[in-house]
Amino acid sequence: MTLFFEQCLNGLQFGLLLFLLAAGLTLVFGIMDLVNLAHGSLYMVGAYFAATFAAWTGSFVFGAVLALCATLVVGMAVEVIVMRRLYGRDHLDHVLGTFGLILFFDEAVRLIWGPAGLSLPLPSWLAGSVQILPGFQYSSYRLAIIVVTLSVAAFLYVLVMRTRIGMLIRAGASNREMVGALGVNIKLLYTLVFGLGAALAGLAGLMQAPILTVQIGMGENILILAFVVTVIGGIGSIRGALVAALLVGILDTLGRAFFPDILRTMLSPTAASALAPALSSMLIYLLMAIVLVIKPEGLFSAGNK
Amino acid sequence: MLLAAGPAIGPATAQQKTIKIGFVSTFSGPTAVIGNDMRNSFELALDHMGRKMGGIPVEVIYEDDGLKPDVGKQKTEKLIESDKVDFIAGYIWSNVMLASLKPIVDSKTFLVIANAGPSQIAGELCSPTVFSTSWQNDQTPQAMGTYMNSKGVKSVYLIGPNYAAGKDMLAGVASTFKGKVIGQDLTTWPSQLDFSAELAKAKASGAEAVFVFYPGAAGVQFLNQYAAAGLKGKIPLYTAFTIDELSLPLQKENALGVPGAQEWVNDLPNEQNKKFVADYRKKYTGLRPTFYGAQSYDAAQLINSAVVATKGNLSDKVAVQKAMEKADFKSVRGNFKFGNNHVPIQNFYLQDVVKDADGQLSLKTVATIVKDDQDRFHDKCPMK
Amino acid sequence: MSGAFTARNVATAALIAGLVLLPVYSQVFGDRFILTLFTRIVILALAAVSLNLILGFGGMMSFGHAAYLGIGGYAVGMLAHEGIYSGFIQWPVALLASALFALVIGALSLRTRGVYFIMITLAFAQMAYYLVSGLARYGGDDGLTIYKRSQFIEPLNLSNKVQFYYVCLAILFGAIYLIWRLTNSRFGMAVQGARSNEARMRAIGFPTYRYRLVCFVIAGTLGGLAGALLANHADFISPATMYWTRSGDLIIMVVLGGMATPFGPLIGAVALLVLEEVLSGITEYWQIILGPLLLLVVLFARGGIDGLLSLLGAKVATKVNPKVGS
Repeated sequence: MTLFFEQCLNGLQFGLLLFLLAAGLTLVFGIMDLVNLAHGSLYMVGAYFAATFAAWTGSFVFGAVLALCATLVVGMAVEVIVMRRLYGRDHLDHVLGTFGLILFFDEAVRLIWGPAGLSLPLPSWLAGSVQILPGFQYSSYRLAIIVVTLSVAAFLYVLVMRTRIGMLIRAGASNREMVGALGVNIKLLYTLVFGLGAALAGLAGLMQAPILTVQIGMGENILILAFVVTVIGGIGSIRGALVAALLVGILDTLGRAFFPDILRTMLSPTAASALAPALSSMLIYLLMAIVLVIKPEGLFSAGNK
Repeated sequence: MLLAAGPAIGPATAQQKTIKIGFVSTFSGPTAVIGNDMRNSFELALDHMGRKMGGIPVEVIYEDDGLKPDVGKQKTEKLIESDKVDFIAGYIWSNVMLASLKPIVDSKTFLVIANAGPSQIAGELCSPTVFSTSWQNDQTPQAMGTYMNSKGVKSVYLIGPNYAAGKDMLAGVASTFKGKVIGQDLTTWPSQLDFSAELAKAKASGAEAVFVFYPGAAGVQFLNQYAAAGLKGKIPLYTAFTIDELSLPLQKENALGVPGAQEWVNDLPNEQNKKFVADYRKKYTGLRPTFYGAQSYDAAQLINSAVVATKGNLSDKVAVQKAMEKADFKSVRGNFKFGNNHVPIQNFYLQDVVKDADGQLSLKTVATIVKDDQDRFHDKCPMK
Repeated sequence: MSGAFTARNVATAALIAGLVLLPVYSQVFGDRFILTLFTRIVILALAAVSLNLILGFGGMMSFGHAAYLGIGGYAVGMLAHEGIYSGFIQWPVALLASALFALVIGALSLRTRGVYFIMITLAFAQMAYYLVSGLARYGGDDGLTIYKRSQFIEPLNLSNKVQFYYVCLAILFGAIYLIWRLTNSRFGMAVQGARSNEARMRAIGFPTYRYRLVCFVIAGTLGGLAGALLANHADFISPATMYWTRSGDLIIMVVLGGMATPFGPLIGAVALLVLEEVLSGITEYWQIILGPLLLLVVLFARGGIDGLLSLLGAKVATKVNPKVGS
């Protein structure tokens, strides 16, 4: 039972992290109608900045804050230099252009930081594990990730539902032309939204950095998962992204945890151990396909196109 | 006219102007660090030879496989058909190697594998022109299994990636380990980054020890997460190819005291190795050679020994093969000999992570686990 | 496709002539590798051409086209592994399996639109990828070496590089011709019409869903054929062939060359793969050149290279291809 509970916590943590990535993606997608494959590059850049700044300042928290600001700036710069020229273009142009950006970012990072990757050591107060329930220890850092991401989710909720900017964001997601017609400085709004998305991706990257590594191409695998989450949730919907991220995170973790054992009861041990990792990796894609076949616009579609 | 078969490749000239060597490894993406280390070591070996083999200048063409089997195969074909190389060396990944093998064997180009060790090439796919300066995948974890027996470990949980080498590694450790394998997990490779689910299972299984194989950056992630899950120091961890000089600067304290098995360690006490390690650190400031590099250094030495023995007459393939089979050079791991399948018969050592004199973490030989170990697939090789 | 000597037509003709004469060059200069390289380019161009049918003409943005490469390839590889080498069995199985896969996923995917369509096709391709990764008997993640190429009756011998190259080239030109005929037929017009305004096409009585599905299946079948060729060319097939990045490569070829044009995908495939080969020969950091280059093409050369060539021509040819809308 504790094992099941622990796996659920693991799934929750993974899901919440995916939410950070998917939230930025879904905002940019919903408001600017931009397919941004380079979102994963911002995740990578955030992690590299964090590792660098943490080494300079000698403080994990300082490094993280500086890295967040730096990623925000990089994001806004990318928006001003490249992305705004892509608005209103065909989705395939976005795919080609932002794919070019991925190649550029990967190589630029290799030129600046070298191919070896970096490490971001945990501060000692986060390195151990804490007792949540009697006899049940859990990694304090993973717990910290859960707390931080939940606060960010709450912040996003307030931002989107309770502020003027949020109102414009919501309006933009459902009807872009109308927001422009209302005399809002749409260029600035776009730059801000893109920067916000970049900062969220950077936050995800820097929080993953201590338990994963900081390396080139780290954003590409998780990018696809973030897209899966975005689409399951419904493009443009923050709430959808949250629900879908938790679904994907928990399904993926529980699948990996229990699927092999279930399969072993049905198949020979050798066949099961070869097939289980493949099939449990398939689960999220299966989930996405089923959701889209039943609800072709995702669980919570924001747009009304 | 055109459909008629083209002219055969021109006969190789008896007197070579240059020795052409193709070197295939990964030079882009996150695993480029491994490729760079292999290239550095190969270059260092050439420096040590005065960039000549048997008095003939050497030209090396490096090609990047991008960690993709089909790309590796295409680059291999380019080296054979366009550059017309005399030798091909390198190859980190078992799957890239398997994909590239056919054009090499078909063209009878000499191949020196400097890392990949799929069981097929040691067994039924062995070939007169194919040599390895590394090992067969199962050997290193087999040594680890033997070591765990000696430590009196009764039960183990195995974790590794789900690809050729990963499966070989887990099978290898299970083949020599006498205790009980309580459970095992193969994870999606290379995309799975988070091992929390597997670690929770290992913890709940009650196993006395955990054995793990994760090469490159995944090894860093695994050790970081092992420590974060509070398992380090509670459940002893045994490894193969998870901690090396490339990953250690990132794993830091998390690797301290975690044993691994290896056929080469930087402190092996032979002259050639001392020279290799010292000159490597002098030439490439701030870097330390790894076992990948050591195997590449030996690959260059093996090629050199054959060129010298045949006086540069590479058109006599049988003579070259015979010369290579002698392994007549001073290996950095101490001398070894080739088995019938051209895979080394060699020692495996236990390495540990310790703090050296300057307070830096480094790898150190603790003991010899097995002597003159031969892989368990050599019977399947038709060569005698 | 007006017959005038526009820059675009001249360049296309030169490319075709170059491809046809390539083996001569290879023989005369003894460069066998260029033939190997271009065989691969021609095969991937076939895949790109088939993708263009749905992506460019049909407006169906499939992000899972590499799945057919894998299915076609695995049909050849698995049968060879079981000792069946005859191309008369291997190739029909490859085509049939791809067609069937396209039919099933097409029927489900075509319920969605836009980005959702992109992602659902990706999902199915990824499922296929993981499925073959789990097949331990056929090499799992490591793939399958194919020791004998598909056997046909003498004198056709696919192990002969020149013969194999011409087989691939003939199939490529056949596919381009087929798609050109198709897109100019009533059926093709209806599919293209449904791209810009599906409701209208349905209103005037076209069963758009069924038409699009047929289009999707044809493209998938041709993709499977490319897969069978690719497996024969590489003597190897692995799950990596159907990973999502490969689907991305195919999209890039199509968009780079010029969507919804008969020769665009071919131009794109040649441009991308030759560029990769040349740039990676110049510098290890070639991606830092290729990346921005792709971006520049998107920003300043709408309609890809083919579109650029049209602009260069003094006389602007009447375009068969209408603007692509979202």
